[in-house]
Amino acid sequence: MIKFDQVSKRFPGGIEALSEISFAIEAGEMIVLSGHSGAGKTTLLKLIAAIERPTRGAVIVSGQNVAELKRVGVPYLRRKLGLIFQDQKLLFDRNVFENVVLPLSIAGVPPRDAARRVRAALDKVGLLEREKTMPVALSGGEQQRLAIARAVVNRPAILIADEPTAHLDDDCAHDIAEMFRSFHQVGVTLIIATHHDALFTPFMTRRLTLNHGRVAA
Amino acid sequence: MKAWLIQHREAALDALRRLAVTPLNTLLGSLVLGIALALPAGGQMLLTNFQHLANNAAATPEVSLFMTLDAGKEEVAEIEGQLRKHPQIQSVSFVQRETALQRLKANQGLSEVIESLQRNPFPDAFVVVPRPISPQELEQLRTVLAKLPKVEHVQLDSAWVKKLDALLRLSRLAVTLLAALLGIALVAVTFNTIRLQILTRSAEVEVSRLLGATDSYIRRPLYYFGAIQGLAGGLVAWIIVVSATHLLQAPIRELTDLYGSNFSLHSLPLIDALVLLSAAVILGWLGAWLSLRRHLRS
Repeated sequence: MIKFDQVSKRFPGGIEALSEISFAIEAGEMIVLSGHSGAGKTTLLKLIAAIERPTRGAVIVSGQNVAELKRVGVPYLRRKLGLIFQDQKLLFDRNVFENVVLPLSIAGVPPRDAARRVRAALDKVGLLEREKTMPVALSGGEQQRLAIARAVVNRPAILIADEPTAHLDDDCAHDIAEMFRSFHQVGVTLIIATHHDALFTPFMTRRLTLNHGRVAA
Repeated sequence: MKAWLIQHREAALDALRRLAVTPLNTLLGSLVLGIALALPAGGQMLLTNFQHLANNAAATPEVSLFMTLDAGKEEVAEIEGQLRKHPQIQSVSFVQRETALQRLKANQGLSEVIESLQRNPFPDAFVVVPRPISPQELEQLRTVLAKLPKVEHVQLDSAWVKKLDALLRLSRLAVTLLAALLGIALVAVTFNTIRLQILTRSAEVEVSRLLGATDSYIRRPLYYFGAIQGLAGGLVAWIIVVSATHLLQAPIRELTDLYGSNFSLHSLPLIDALVLLSAAVILGWLGAWLSLRRHLRS
């Protein structure tokens, strides 16, 4: 499903965030990406969604080399992925419903179908009653669940989450982990970068540890 | 095809929503564009009216045709026959040389001078009213008439028609220049409006890109924004011109009644109004296009 082949990423200024990374993830796997701060976890996730481009090597997502993907092809790659960002990237001038409907409106889903799917996604994360609420009125845990609803509303085959439980208390973090478990059970391929390994260890298929931009043995 | 239509409808609705949430900005923007467009549109309206006036006046120019002094009765009758048969001539009136003399004698002060003359200095003359024809055709008619036998001189009173024509052409050029300048102003205003829109939506643009939005998805609502703002400006301009016409109607009628004319001010013809509105839409779109090219490179 996802394959990294000798991937390096050097940022301007000479800092090498990733060095010769190689690994493969099969469909339906649940990968925990761990490692110290600055080990390159976020950069690795960004390479999958073509938010960053590798300096060397090939990043294959669903048979397509993202490293060589043209600019016009990037949106269509991203529509196949569910992305949960470290800083969530919610739109604070839109309510819960409008935030979640955005990926569907981008993909050109007819408004009636879109509304149905938004409500299904909100139901999954327990925010169905809050669809008219503005994000600023949500708690940290609810904001994170809103970000998850937006990532899964398009029913992506691959879900990528960057520190989904950061800044959450244990109960909230546990709820989030349970949600990911349910996505895993229906066959979604998951890659989760996290410091809270223990939350996901019970159902992960594999751990990938980064150490200073290299895959640790 | 259906998805494409939905996306356009969504983009247009999005643009309308955005115009609606800042009603004051929208109103002021439309007023600026409207007033800028009202100047050339009003100029065009006045020009169209003057053109009508000029056409009406120029439709009845007169041609005076003077015979030689030695022209006999038969020859004069022969010329008259030819004039009456000419396809470009509407009416002919004959002024006999004796009649001309009598008319002048009736004029006080000149009568003594006329009395002292040995013989009648006036030739037989015709006053010819041509059918409505262009100034060039009028000139050709003059040449043709001057070549008739025993015709001494043909005089056109079309010089002022030419002057009016030149004046109208000059005014038309001025209106065109004005329209071009204010068209550029409209593009510049839209350019800036769209730039501000891009700045206020930067978070939305970033998030949309991350969620797989194409460039056209991001640009589409802004194109609509520019075009709708332009359309609103065009409508304001139209309203201004129509209102101005109504306000001027009564005073102009008073004035023309004094001159015994039935001239009345007409508002912008429908076709010109449509040109105005489409130009406003196209210029708004163009401003948006330039702004997006400049400010929305990723």
